[in-house]
Amino acid sequence: MSSPAITKGELKNQPQNEEVNYLNVEHTISSWLLTGDHKRIAMLYLVSASFFFFLGSIAAGLIRFELTSPAGVVLESETYNKIFSAHGIIMIFQFLVPAIPAILGNFLLPLMIGARDLAFPRLNLASWYMFMVGGALILIGMIGGGVDTGWTFYTPYSSMYSNTQVTLVLVGIFISGFSSITTGINFVATIHKMRAPGMTWFRLPLFVWAMYSTSLLMILGTPVVAITLLLVVFERLFRLPIFSPELGGDPVLFQHLFWFYSHPAVYIMILPAFGIISELIANFSRKRIFGYHFVAFSSIAIAGLGFLVWGHHMFVSSQSMYESIVFSLISFLVAVPSAIKIFNWTTTMYKGNIRLQSPMIYAIGFLGIFTVGGLTGLFLGGTGTDVHLTATYFVVAHFHYVMVGGTLLGFLGGLHYWWPKMTGRLYNDGIAKVNAVIVFIGFNLTFFPQFILGWMGMPRRYHYYYFAPEFQAYHIMSTLGSSVLGFGLILPAFYLTMSLINGKKSGPNPWGAHGLEWETASPPPTSNFLEIPIVLDEVYDFDPVSEHEQDMKDLDKWESTTDHQSFPTEDHH
Amino acid sequence: MQFNNFPLSPPRASNFAQEYDAIFYALVALTVFFTLVVGVAVIFFAVRYKKGTRADRSRPMYENLFLELTWTIVPLVIGLVMFYFGTSLYVKMRTPPKNATEIFVIGKQWMWHVQHGNGVRENNTLHVPAGVPIKLTMISQDVLHAFYIPAFRVQEHVVPGRYTQLWFTPTEIGEYHLFCNMYCGTQHSEMGGKVVVMSPKDFASWLSEGGQSSAPLSMEQAGAKVYNKVGCANCHGAEDTLRAPSLYGIYNKRRTFADGTSLIADEEYLRSSILRPYDHITSGYGQTMPVYEGQVTEEDVLNLVAYIKVLGTSTAPPPTSNINRHSASAVASGTNESTSLATNAVQANTDDPDASPTRRTGSPAVGAVAAEGRNR
Repeated sequence: MSSPAITKGELKNQPQNEEVNYLNVEHTISSWLLTGDHKRIAMLYLVSASFFFFLGSIAAGLIRFELTSPAGVVLESETYNKIFSAHGIIMIFQFLVPAIPAILGNFLLPLMIGARDLAFPRLNLASWYMFMVGGALILIGMIGGGVDTGWTFYTPYSSMYSNTQVTLVLVGIFISGFSSITTGINFVATIHKMRAPGMTWFRLPLFVWAMYSTSLLMILGTPVVAITLLLVVFERLFRLPIFSPELGGDPVLFQHLFWFYSHPAVYIMILPAFGIISELIANFSRKRIFGYHFVAFSSIAIAGLGFLVWGHHMFVSSQSMYESIVFSLISFLVAVPSAIKIFNWTTTMYKGNIRLQSPMIYAIGFLGIFTVGGLTGLFLGGTGTDVHLTATYFVVAHFHYVMVGGTLLGFLGGLHYWWPKMTGRLYNDGIAKVNAVIVFIGFNLTFFPQFILGWMGMPRRYHYYYFAPEFQAYHIMSTLGSSVLGFGLILPAFYLTMSLINGKKSGPNPWGAHGLEWETASPPPTSNFLEIPIVLDEVYDFDPVSEHEQDMKDLDKWESTTDHQSFPTEDHH
Repeated sequence: MQFNNFPLSPPRASNFAQEYDAIFYALVALTVFFTLVVGVAVIFFAVRYKKGTRADRSRPMYENLFLELTWTIVPLVIGLVMFYFGTSLYVKMRTPPKNATEIFVIGKQWMWHVQHGNGVRENNTLHVPAGVPIKLTMISQDVLHAFYIPAFRVQEHVVPGRYTQLWFTPTEIGEYHLFCNMYCGTQHSEMGGKVVVMSPKDFASWLSEGGQSSAPLSMEQAGAKVYNKVGCANCHGAEDTLRAPSLYGIYNKRRTFADGTSLIADEEYLRSSILRPYDHITSGYGQTMPVYEGQVTEEDVLNLVAYIKVLGTSTAPPPTSNINRHSASAVASGTNESTSLATNAVQANTDDPDASPTRRTGSPAVGAVAAEGRNR
């Protein structure tokens, strides 16, 4: 067996009294709402972001239901427009952007680098409050009249024409955006200053690298969109002439400023998922990630190039032809680091000792879906091909393949992987594996037909298509798929919750994974480590050859000495 | 139209469609190929190296510069090749030929308003002849819209405050979808209609019979009317004067401004100089021209631009100055028509009652009303 990569008296790190951990150390409501513990804040985010995800999903379901008929089913156009706007705004600003960094990143970053907490615990709590206040304003706006601009808030419609609660919602997004900025600052400071002794940059888990790149994007991009949205508010309230041609402004300027953030925001959403997939593939293949340096630097390359491609959203917006060509070229360059990641993950599995447990099933699903999502990006990054496809369902399908197939599958895989660490409980891995397959099938059934719809010319954000009945068959397929997907997204809420009630205790390291977070108890004590670990080697110190031998012995021992029949040994015949 | 439950491609009806589809299907092939490579490899590895199988795991690989460079360079080269093909198509789409027939489009919530050169107008429908290059000059009266014809593979935003252009040569006779593809408010999904491609002969007779509505004046004639009525002719005559430069033959000439900069006098320049003359003051002249922003509709401006483009050529009705005229429109409309237009005078007044800018401000366009109603 390989010697432990990270030596730090494992036994000493187990609390003497196993019952005292971050979850049960205090039980009052104020101990949660005023906590500085990054793990508790992560749980606050988990509950609140899941709530927003639930709302966004209801909106998605309504959209899909409405589109089964070319002339609509139950909604008025005005309501439909508010519903798809609500879906986009809630999902992007209140779920996809914060989900992985604020939930899994918050929980794991200090554990992975051997720190007791983030650098600024109170700032961390403040960021959750900003997230909640922003979210509350958004919801108040949506309940009190709704907003019908789409999540993109294009001017002059949003600033001069829309008769809905745009101002309130924009202020909500503005405040919520600051929670991204403060989270990013917190992460960067923590990664720079609080690594355990011996945790050099190239011993960092790839999830930490991903968090680092994400944080840079959050810090540099979010202020731009924040000030842009504020300018829209000023134009609405005070007729400050910025974007509306009636007042002397430039409507296209808004698109430049908006996408300057919102394209990097796509990477804010997907880079953390890349980090999770790196962890999952390495740990379930029992192998060091292939091409560690290339995977790490490709995250940085994506973060850097991601700031230079915003104009590819604007090939038909009246920006100059030469501008479009330059943006297109850089967009093709950004495809390269994504391809590097995909191939490195695939190759990592070669000669591994692969365990097909539920997180790995999610990771494999991610590889397939993200490959399609990335490659269809070439259609849209090329200027000529984009002209026909832009703003059609092809774009809708493409970004759902990246955002839902990428970010959501990555998040679910990560949640399943670290759930035992977060809660100390094991869920039913058999149901979870079936669920991963349901999500994969439902996802593809929902979004693949939309590629064909877009290629046929179906515009996005259309309520009716009675003048083009040829689109209906694909819409019905998509809606059927979305009900399968919806089932696959509801099911984890049940079996994960059930695990809290009757799940078996997981022990510190149910997966036999490497990494500092697995060296402490599950759930970890408030201070994470009783003694700060000293890191002697990098995190992916797997040895599939000898582990293969060792596995057999371990399994025998495990089966004969304990009553854990079903969990880590499940793949063993 | 034949209703097919699972159509797999849109009709191909323009000069761009074939080249577009070739690139599109090449990308589809690329996507399928790489998805299969990754998918097959992942499933193969997952089965072969599943825990407990007896596969050979000796000498595992952790770094391999050759492999890394392979999958850096291969996607890079493929990307650059696709960039080349995409860009060359895009440059064609963005470069209308000189002989293209011009048609003008105004977008407003929630309809398309189309005006042909001879004055024929239509709403939510665009009639075009097959085999003839068509250039659309488009502007929005309120919010952003996008003019999208899937069968032609062309699309461009229609932006308030500036002209955008779109060109194509229809190749197949038939009717095709026309969509607004930029979200523009409540009835966005119903802001569309059809593009009707006709044989050139049918189109010519359709156009001469006035299409769906009567064609009172060609765009140049309507422009001449506005030119005289608004008072452009008072200062901008056949010769440069101390007050104002002549506009004869100005189109596509380089203009030098008081601040030393210069611009080609294209449609966009003409439009902005009518609405906001002080953005670019022609070298040698002062700030004497009134600002017409908010005084004339986009349709008037389109007509004016069409007229200025032909000013000084034989096709243009000559401008008449109304500088000595005592009273306004009632008299003006009578004497205002140059002799060549005399037969149209009565009809023009009934069909085109909005030609006077004073009346225009009393009845703003549809979009403007909507805008005022919505603004707080």
